[in-house]
Amino acid sequence: MSTTDPYGHGASTAAGTSPEAVPHNPATHVGPGSEADPAAPAPADDDAARWRAALHRVFAGGWAVSVGAVLLAVLAGSIMIAFTDEGVQSASSYFFARPLDTLQAVGSAVGSAYAALFRGAVYNYRADDLATAIRPLTSSLNFATPLIAAGLGVAVAFRAGLFNIGGQGQILAAAAGAGWVGFAADLPVVVHVVLAMVAGVLAGAVWAGIAGVLKAYTGAHEVIVTIMLNYIAFYGISYLLATPGLLQAPGSANPKTPAMQDTAILPRLLGERFTLHAGFLVAVAAVVVVWWLLNRSTLGFGFRAVGENPAAARVAGIDVRRTTVVAMLVAGALVGIAGATQVLGTVTTGFSYDIDAGIGFDAITVALLGRSTPWGVLAAAVLFGAFKAGGSTMQASENIPIEIVLVVQSLIVLFIAAPPLVRAVLRLPQPQARPRRGARTRKAAA
Amino acid sequence: MTALAPSPQPAAVAGARDVTVVSRKAVVASAVITALLALLVALAPHSGSTSFRFSSETDLFRIPDVAVPGQATAWVCVVLAALVTAAMELSVRRGRRVPLVLSAVLALLLIVGFLAWAGAGSDRDFPVVRLVGGSVLLAVPIVFGALGGVIGERAGVVNIAIEGQLLAGAFSAAVVGSLTDSPWAGLVAAVLAGALVALVLGLFTITYKVDQVIVGVVLNVLVIGLTSFLYSQVLVPSADRLNSTSRFTPVAIPLLSEIPVVGPALFRQSVVVYLMYLAVPAVWFALYRTRWGLRLRAVGEHPKAADTVGIKVQRTRYRAVLVAGGVVGLGGAFYTVVSVSSFGKEMTAGAGFIALAAVIFGKWDPVRAALAALLFGAASNLEGALSIVGAPVPSQFMLMLPYVVTVLAVAGLVGRSRGPAAAGQPYVKE
Repeated sequence: MSTTDPYGHGASTAAGTSPEAVPHNPATHVGPGSEADPAAPAPADDDAARWRAALHRVFAGGWAVSVGAVLLAVLAGSIMIAFTDEGVQSASSYFFARPLDTLQAVGSAVGSAYAALFRGAVYNYRADDLATAIRPLTSSLNFATPLIAAGLGVAVAFRAGLFNIGGQGQILAAAAGAGWVGFAADLPVVVHVVLAMVAGVLAGAVWAGIAGVLKAYTGAHEVIVTIMLNYIAFYGISYLLATPGLLQAPGSANPKTPAMQDTAILPRLLGERFTLHAGFLVAVAAVVVVWWLLNRSTLGFGFRAVGENPAAARVAGIDVRRTTVVAMLVAGALVGIAGATQVLGTVTTGFSYDIDAGIGFDAITVALLGRSTPWGVLAAAVLFGAFKAGGSTMQASENIPIEIVLVVQSLIVLFIAAPPLVRAVLRLPQPQARPRRGARTRKAAA
Repeated sequence: MTALAPSPQPAAVAGARDVTVVSRKAVVASAVITALLALLVALAPHSGSTSFRFSSETDLFRIPDVAVPGQATAWVCVVLAALVTAAMELSVRRGRRVPLVLSAVLALLLIVGFLAWAGAGSDRDFPVVRLVGGSVLLAVPIVFGALGGVIGERAGVVNIAIEGQLLAGAFSAAVVGSLTDSPWAGLVAAVLAGALVALVLGLFTITYKVDQVIVGVVLNVLVIGLTSFLYSQVLVPSADRLNSTSRFTPVAIPLLSEIPVVGPALFRQSVVVYLMYLAVPAVWFALYRTRWGLRLRAVGEHPKAADTVGIKVQRTRYRAVLVAGGVVGLGGAFYTVVSVSSFGKEMTAGAGFIALAAVIFGKWDPVRAALAALLFGAASNLEGALSIVGAPVPSQFMLMLPYVVTVLAVAGLVGRSRGPAAAGQPYVKE
């Protein structure tokens, strides 16, 4: 969303001349009557100048920064791979004798690493048939599914001015709820899976709601409470998993649940050969719902108002306490989708207390990269899902630790958050003034 | 919070502010926690006695082990805790805040009562010295982390990257300590690594004015990724050379270490623990009694006003963040040159987030934050304590208990916590 801001800014400079001359500009409807930007360059009359202005907008705009951020992060990852690669190290021992050897070793190490990442995340060009070749793409979407849902949960909380670090606990609670219904209840085909999903979503909502209620009515800081609730959920699940008759599989001493019943498993979308399951559709539907909620509903307006300025929201007649509680409930419900799809779609053979798999914390990064907007979260989650899928292939085939993915991911977010830095490094033009971007990201995350 | 002068606030202003701050929530929370303990003791009574072992082998004066009837002791503690709660109520009625001492006494009573109840009937005894010493030891990284958090936030920079700074400190202490075969070099390297992470934090938040929460969260991920990557790629293949430090050995302080119970627990520790004892008052002194601290707090509360009187906001914040990073890095060194002698993936295991909780729990005050960190240390040590005597209720609930109590305490004792006014906001000079 905020990536369009620089375009909007650029639009006001062009609006003074002829609005229809820049049809690709999303904000041309500002109209000729709008105020001229005092910092605007002299009106451009000829084509060349207009093209130059358009190019300037593109390179000074948000997309160039995003692409630049990804490039810089990938470059940093390449450096790490090159420095720790054995071939490069042995070649660099005689660097001054034959420098080309070193460069060649760097090229092959980095090249094969990113080729493996691509094979694991998007398209396996080494495969024999098309189905195997596109399997990585579906696996990326599969990894993205819980990240979308949990990322939305963190993003909604951000927009309401709440920092939800409790993704882990909410996923565990949701997994327990959905999983229990999933293996213990005997229900008909469609009803079972729906009820199991609902149970998971409710459990997640309740778990986050505790933090919301405490924040609203006692002022307890949600950061502490959600962190503590993570631990409480972890030990709670550990207890349930270790106690026969609750979540533990009968006749087993392991802290693991029985497998989900067939009626409770989310159907696979593309047949049995692909792991992609209907949870992905649920997550995408959640994106649409959250978009509507935040941008078109009274409730979402309340969230944003409280997030931007609680005092002003109260003066405007919004019940801040109630909004805080509801925001956490919604956030928890969204994270709950992640927990439920994990146990009903991804890990259907029974789960343990590590079912959250770091998704709760990854979701924070996803929400930040997506700038707390629903579509941004979707894009960020798919990107991170691809990284997760590709990272494991990279680890398996090139022996590069999967943690490099974490480094690249965090660098992307870091660079995207600091447009002036990326522009300075890549020598992109700096826009004259960008007051809105900083304000927006700050409010979104405060 | 708004007092910028090192001297106490004028009485009238303080009074006017405190009237709104004092509430009964602390009392209610104390009452609830006390009632919970009473309920536990009443519903699941244990017969038999609990023995506390106070002496260690090398004591000068040996205190005999004390065996008390567990159930009765637990009840005595409950009654005493109720009395303390009543005292809190009394002080609230008089319009005063609940004194810190009362809260501390209450926490102690509840812990003793709980242990007495849990250990009743067990044939093993609680080694009190080891319990106290272990709590302090486990609290070390949390205390350093919380101190760093307090310094940063008081200057207006929210430091969510405590976890990353701890991890970076632990990693570089392991590598440098192994290479030089000197834990001291490792300690220095840890301070530098913590400061380096802080420098990145400062660069992005102060210079580029990126949101502080974003940078903090992302830096954590970055450091986890970097250290885990380097661990797998570099440290594991040559573990002997790069990842086996010599540790600090415990040093007994003459005289102090001879004090019964307290001595062996607190004063037969390693250098890093003594540094912690010094760091807490030092940070307090630096923040409240020096020009540096005054300026730092001014920048954190009202950067514009500070700028107006000629304080360089950016430079002050950079300095504060770097010092904070160094302090946190010291805590990170604890993992690899005190606790174990090698680095492991994500070995800080969320201690940085606990430290963050301690900062807020301690209301952005170094001493209170350190006490909160100590409480968390004691909580994590409870696991070991209870496994010694054999837990009467499922161990998971025992392990959960400290976090439940923290939630209750945060909801009640701390209430609406108010951080430094300008924390989280970049300063744009006009």
